[in-house]
Amino acid sequence: MIRFDHVSKRYPETGDALHNVNFHLMSGAMAFLTGHSGAGKSTLLKLIALLERCSRGQLFLDGENLTRAPARKIPLVRRKIGMIFQNHRLLCDRTVFDNVALPLVIAGFRHQDIRRRVRAALDKVGLLSKERAFPLMLSGGEQQRVGIARAVVNKPPLLLADEPTGNLDPELSRDIMHLFEQFNQVGVTVLVASHDLDLISRMPYPQLRLHQGHLSVEQALAIE
Amino acid sequence: MKLPRFMHVYLARHAQVSLNSLGRLYRAPSASLMTAAVIAIALALPSGLYLLTGNLQRLSTQWDGSTSLSLFLHHSVAENQARQLAAGLQKWPEIESLQLISPEQALAEFRELSGFGTALDVLEENPLPAVLAVKPGRDHADADSAAALLERLQVLPEVEMAQLDLQWVRRFSAIVDIVRRSIWVMGSLLGLAVLLVIGNTIRLEIQNRREEIEITKLIGATDAFIRRPFLYSGIWYGLGGALLAVVLIEVAFLQLQGPVRQLSGLYASSFALEALSVAEIGVLLSGGALLGLAGAWLAVGRHLADIEPTY
Repeated sequence: MIRFDHVSKRYPETGDALHNVNFHLMSGAMAFLTGHSGAGKSTLLKLIALLERCSRGQLFLDGENLTRAPARKIPLVRRKIGMIFQNHRLLCDRTVFDNVALPLVIAGFRHQDIRRRVRAALDKVGLLSKERAFPLMLSGGEQQRVGIARAVVNKPPLLLADEPTGNLDPELSRDIMHLFEQFNQVGVTVLVASHDLDLISRMPYPQLRLHQGHLSVEQALAIE
Repeated sequence: MKLPRFMHVYLARHAQVSLNSLGRLYRAPSASLMTAAVIAIALALPSGLYLLTGNLQRLSTQWDGSTSLSLFLHHSVAENQARQLAAGLQKWPEIESLQLISPEQALAEFRELSGFGTALDVLEENPLPAVLAVKPGRDHADADSAAALLERLQVLPEVEMAQLDLQWVRRFSAIVDIVRRSIWVMGSLLGLAVLLVIGNTIRLEIQNRREEIEITKLIGATDAFIRRPFLYSGIWYGLGGALLAVVLIEVAFLQLQGPVRQLSGLYASSFALEALSVAEIGVLLSGGALLGLAGAWLAVGRHLADIEPTY
C-alpha cells in the first residue's frame, strides 16, 4: 500500500528530516510509527499525503508513484487517505454531522448516500446521538472520534493517524486504538504515529522506529 | 429537456453551493447589506445619470422634428403686405406651413407671459415686428436643407432678419453627447471600484475561513470546489448591489417625475421621464453579477493559492 524507496526529505532551514528511508507497508496491514518528537514522524506522514514532497527517492501509494504527481492529482490522492490529527482539525462552526459529511460532499456524493454513510460512521465511533452537536460541546475524546468518523466515512483504503491519542487519558487512548484495530480487521491499511510506547508495546503490530530521520524496523518480516 | 445524470449532479451541486453562499450572506445581514449598498451607489450613479441624459437626448430629438424658422419683418412692412408675403411663401414646396404673428399679437402674448404688463403700457408704440413662423416640410427639416431655406428667405426684401431656431438645439445635443461620454468614463471607474470592493470583501472572507479552507484541502477538496462558494458570494454581492441600484434609480426618477411633468406642461410638451426599461434592468443586473464574479475571481486567484494546509 505504501512503499518508501530511498526517500530523503531535506528542509532548507533545518536540514534533513528524513534520511534514506525504506519500507513497504502491505495492503491490509497495521503498523505504528514511533520515535521522539522531531524524529520525523510527521514529516513521513506528510509525504504520504502530499503535504510535502520528498527531496530524493521514490514514494508509492497503492501502486502509484507519487513522486512526480502533478498538483491537480493531489486532491484525488488525499481522498484515498483517511487522516486523523492530534488537534482533530474539526470545523467548529459546523455540526458533528456536517463535519463528518465533508469528505462525501467534496467527493460529490448524493444527498441520501451522505445521510446514510455519515450515520453509519458516527454509529461506528459511538456518537450517533451527538450528530447535531457542535465540536466544542464535546470532550476531547469525542472530538477525536468525530475526526475518526470523518476519516473513515468515504471508506478510504488507508488510514493515517498522527498522535491520535496525544491529549487523551490512557483509557480513552485504548478505546481509540481499538477503533483502529477494528478498521484494520475489515481490510483498511492503518499507520499510526505515536510516542505512547506504553500503549503500543502491548499491541501485536510492527513498529517503524524513527531516530533522527533514520528508520529502523522491528519485526521487519511482518511488514516486508 | 432530459439531462444526463452527471449534469444533474453537477447542476444540483452548483445550486446548493450558490444557496449556501446566499445563506452565509443572509446570516450576516448588516455587513452584507453595507457592502451591497456601496456597490449599489457605485452602480446607480453612472446608470442614473446615463438614463437622465438619455432622456435629455430624447427631448432634443423631439425638438429636432419641430425645426422652425422665424422671419422678422421690417417695421415698414404693413400688415396686408405681410399677409401677401405669407400667401406667396405658402406656395413654396419646401414650406409645410407658416403662421403670421402680427406685432399686436406678439405684444399681447408678451404681455401675458412676461409679467411686464404695466411696464409695456409706458411704451408709446409697439416695438415688436411682425414675425412669420415658418415650418419646413418633413423632407427639408434636416440641418442642411433648413440652412439653405434660411438663406433664400434671408434675401427677401421684407425680411429684416431670418433665424433658424435649430441652432441651440444642436448645441444642446452636442453638450448632452459630451456629458454622456464622460459618464462612460465615470462609469468605468466606478465599475472598477465595484470590482475592488467585491475583491476586498472576498479577500476578507477567505482570511476568515482560512481554517476551513485548509481542512477541506487536507481531506481532498479540489481548488474548484474551494473556489466555488467564494465565486458565488461575489455574484450575490454584485447582483444584490445591482438590485439595490435599480431600486435607487426608480425611486429617484419617481421623485423627479412630478416636477418634470409640470415643467414640460409649461412648455406645452407631453414629455415625460422614462425610467429603466426591462432590458436596461437586465443589463444592470447581469453587469452587476459579472462584476461580482470578476472581483471574486481576482481575490480568489490571488489569495487561495497562498493557503496550503499544514498540521
